[in-house]
Amino acid sequence: MTEQVFNNLTNCGPVSVYVKDGEIVRVRPMVVDEKDLKPWVIEAGEHRFSPPKKFALAPFVHGERRRIHSEERIGYPMKRVDFDPNGERNPQNRGKSGYERISWDEALDIVSGEIKRVKETYGGSAISGMTSSHHNWGIVGYKMGPFARFMNMLEFTPVLDNPDSWEGWHWGATHTYGFFWRLGMPEQYDLLEDTLKNAEMIVLWSNDPDTTRGTYSGQESALWRQWVKEKGIKTVFIDPFHNYTAGFMDGKWIAPRMGTDAAMAMAIAYVWITEDTYDKDYVENRTIGFDEFKKYVLGETDSQPKTPEWAGEECGVKPRIIRALAREWASKRTVLSGGSRGGEGGACRQAYGTEWARMMVLLQAMQGLGKPGVSIWGTTMGAPSETDTWVPGYGHLKGRVATTDLAGYLPINPTKQRLWRLTLPDAILNPPVSWYGEGFCGQSLEQQFKHFEYPMEGYSEVKLFYRYGGSFMGTMSDTSKWVRMYQSPKLEFVVNQDCWYNSETNMADIILPACTNFERNDFGEWAAVGGYTEHGSSGCNYRVVVYQQKCLEPLWESKSDYQIFALIADRLGMEEQFTDGKTEEDWIKTFFHGSDLPKHISWEDFVRKGYHIINVNDDYKPTPSLRWFYEGRKCDTPDLQNPKRKTEKAGELGTYSGKIEFSSESLKAHFPDDDERPVSPRYIPSWEGHRTEGLVEKYPFQLLSPHPRFSFHCHYDKHTDWLDDIPIHRIKKDGYAWWPARLHPEDAAVKGIHNGDIVRLYNDRGSVLCIAVVTERVRPGVIHCYASSAKYDPLTPGKDDAVDMGGCINILTPSRMLSRNAPGMTPNSCLIDIEKWEG
Amino acid sequence: MTRLGMLIDIDRCNGCYNCFLACRDEHYKNDYPPFSAAQPVSGQYWMQVREVERGSYPKPKLSYIPIPCMQCREAPCIDASKNGAVYRNESGIVIIDPEKAKGQKDIVKACPYRVIFWNEEKQIGQKCTFCAHHLDKGEKEPRCVEACPTGALIFGDLDDPQSDIAKQTASRKTEALHPEYDTNPTVRYIDLPKRFVAGEVVLKDKQDECARGVRVLLEGEGLRLETATDAFGDFEFEGLARNTRYRIAVEYGGYTPQQVDVFTQKDVNLGEIVLEPR
Repeated sequence: MTEQVFNNLTNCGPVSVYVKDGEIVRVRPMVVDEKDLKPWVIEAGEHRFSPPKKFALAPFVHGERRRIHSEERIGYPMKRVDFDPNGERNPQNRGKSGYERISWDEALDIVSGEIKRVKETYGGSAISGMTSSHHNWGIVGYKMGPFARFMNMLEFTPVLDNPDSWEGWHWGATHTYGFFWRLGMPEQYDLLEDTLKNAEMIVLWSNDPDTTRGTYSGQESALWRQWVKEKGIKTVFIDPFHNYTAGFMDGKWIAPRMGTDAAMAMAIAYVWITEDTYDKDYVENRTIGFDEFKKYVLGETDSQPKTPEWAGEECGVKPRIIRALAREWASKRTVLSGGSRGGEGGACRQAYGTEWARMMVLLQAMQGLGKPGVSIWGTTMGAPSETDTWVPGYGHLKGRVATTDLAGYLPINPTKQRLWRLTLPDAILNPPVSWYGEGFCGQSLEQQFKHFEYPMEGYSEVKLFYRYGGSFMGTMSDTSKWVRMYQSPKLEFVVNQDCWYNSETNMADIILPACTNFERNDFGEWAAVGGYTEHGSSGCNYRVVVYQQKCLEPLWESKSDYQIFALIADRLGMEEQFTDGKTEEDWIKTFFHGSDLPKHISWEDFVRKGYHIINVNDDYKPTPSLRWFYEGRKCDTPDLQNPKRKTEKAGELGTYSGKIEFSSESLKAHFPDDDERPVSPRYIPSWEGHRTEGLVEKYPFQLLSPHPRFSFHCHYDKHTDWLDDIPIHRIKKDGYAWWPARLHPEDAAVKGIHNGDIVRLYNDRGSVLCIAVVTERVRPGVIHCYASSAKYDPLTPGKDDAVDMGGCINILTPSRMLSRNAPGMTPNSCLIDIEKWEG
Repeated sequence: MTRLGMLIDIDRCNGCYNCFLACRDEHYKNDYPPFSAAQPVSGQYWMQVREVERGSYPKPKLSYIPIPCMQCREAPCIDASKNGAVYRNESGIVIIDPEKAKGQKDIVKACPYRVIFWNEEKQIGQKCTFCAHHLDKGEKEPRCVEACPTGALIFGDLDDPQSDIAKQTASRKTEALHPEYDTNPTVRYIDLPKRFVAGEVVLKDKQDECARGVRVLLEGEGLRLETATDAFGDFEFEGLARNTRYRIAVEYGGYTPQQVDVFTQKDVNLGEIVLEPR
């Protein structure tokens, strides 16, 4: 058989897939006709910066063929051997039972039978289900599409996702500058050019963009940070870990104790106030509430001036360093890079993380946020990018088979009951649970204050759990409780549908094999989310829309999610309602015709060619983020979801006052007495930090668990064995690929730990085995261990307190959330100890 | 004449391992006769990425050195081979013939860079071929170069004065990795990590301020460098020789100067140098 080439798109870049005899033999960055690419040019000083005519993939995408053909793929429908829907169900054995292969007919009969039974007995609200945070690329198949459409039809209880990437920015920063439509991220338009032209320094605070890569745009921005070096722009890294971007850019490294970032931020404000080095005009005209904030910083409210000396004591950083940082920041045009998309960053996922995130916005406000060279920029988005051509992304309601107005029929879910992802195990095991916040609160600030209780009056507790994906042992908090949840008899039936065996897969009663996007057609644009990340494709050097071509027949007996749901729907007598009379190919065509693409390319040409590049126009005019606000104009950026844009309030931010709020009007209106997320930000010592008496003596190390460098969350790890040859990812020893834990030589010496030792990281919540990497790149007292191990490998399967060999460090992280009324996750407020593992 | 070479700019390498993974993808399970046989699933690193951590907390430095086959002009593997099993092709790429090289373990041992890997199953030595098969089909660069996001790997014809590699080789300071092996490698490097000396100056009577603008000198082995402390009181001398004695002198008006002797067996972090007021 001859070799064939197909185009497809991954989470981190477009690819050309070479297939021979039903097997992928090679995956390259997508090969396109060079004539289709028109690289833009940024002129800054004597420099001319322009991207090359190719696409930069994230590393693990080069291992895609190992992942697709992995032995870890779920090949067949499976049934737990001691589960009998007509007899004994044995829920207590979930996690340790074996599985037997069954036919699709039998699997679909059981699943549809259980759905019918539960619905008839308890009502649709007794069904719940959820996906993981990410899926395989392509909007037709994307998790918000078929899964949501199917579940809405069943009238299920949805599980709201906590805004994991955004926590402190979502629950905190929105109350300083709005941007709730971006979940607390600032717009990033044209900030690459603005930085190269105007910035003198970048402070990267809790940000490793060379690792987190702005999420979906692969390594397109790695070159931009090389340009920043060439331009001579200085960098400062504030991080307990000398991260990979710090290594690449060789900037000044400042390592505060975890949990104390807001204190350092207060001290910087103190220096600016007392030395009169902040933009008084901007504060006067573009903000409100500064006086209250100033009083707190100067110590007039609590008798504690927030001096560098005070902060130095809290942070474990020399006061003169904090003072020098503040002075450098004020005396230069300084960009603040507070996380991968401008914000995000692990510092927002810790106790009272709202306060740090709010301070990030307020510090830049004090320096004139929006001034040339003074922005909040992640360094991963904001290339020159054409925004006239609308293409649906998974974040657009219009881009989902569940919600698009392009559909003939949309199932509407009447169930009002909700669950909260972080407390799902608690809700099952020990109801009731309650919280504030409607998940990703992208519609308004008020969504954050909506109160929920589970169970809700008039609805059933959940009896059937349909899980699509299986990553949570490595990504949620205090994850042993998920083991307990699955073993609860309250969950009468559990389904797991996935492409690969993951950490939760073998906790189900029935396992259904789904195929990847390489085994079916789909449609997508690189890094284009839309909705709460509008114009995410500005993280790429070109806009690339792909007709994602099926490269292989579904492997083994896997089927597309769409097909699986259609088959179940058929057995429920609801097939037409689910498919809307459309095949998957019909949906692709529908989305294509619903976009602006037909203005530029015909459907036939798009299918034949496999891609379409949207280049920047010759008359492109940059509109740098927040420059309009700084200059007192109307919003002129393409920020589509900004509700005030194109109205008479277009000169305002998304806050109640329309200005930056040092004292938050929205918090004052809804939670005026909340001392954990006060109206004006405070530094509040962590409830699991260096000052937590009774705990820190027992568990003296602070765990830092950022996003991994060589895996896309749990995608690729475990299923792509080539990654085990990269020692930053896993290190092979005694026939096992261990997850690294990094610690400082002083700490290693005290504990008698050497490089390459197997070590146990532990606290009251559990134990995880890792391999020790002794390095100077970690602050003493901190242990660095990436989150998102895809491998949950308990020494005693089925026991919730089992020691995990796979590296699921989230077993150790706390259940407690950001603060009383801000239900965000807090993995970076975690005390542990470490010892050499003799077993 | 075509003479294909590679120039690797260490300052541009971010240690992403794209090159290693792209190479593994190209060659795993893919035979490209007559240029190369398939790599096994693991254990061979035709493109190695070597991590180099230097210095100490809180001033560590991180570099990565990508190491392909050096495509030596005086290749020990060619000398060690029998029956023409290893040869240089018309573009200067050193090729191990997957058929002729069977059983010749000496080829593997001959390479001082250790970039040849023994395939036990196939009984041949294997290494980077600059993706000769790929170039042969008209592609312009090996997979590693295609995958590199920052342009750290510069590839092309050294004999073409218009090529990027020829221009950069002419205008920038390039060096071989381990020149003492005397194999005349075609792969050369820019900014290979050397030794650095770093420190922080503190004024004893002004410890709540960073000491900016303090003059720091380095002398030794014919070298004389001068710098001033930055806004954080930090100074650094980079690109120094290994295993060499240098003297650091710190001077600031109104303070007693200080001198420190250093020996660069490892990188040196002098920590705080405290100046006493006169």
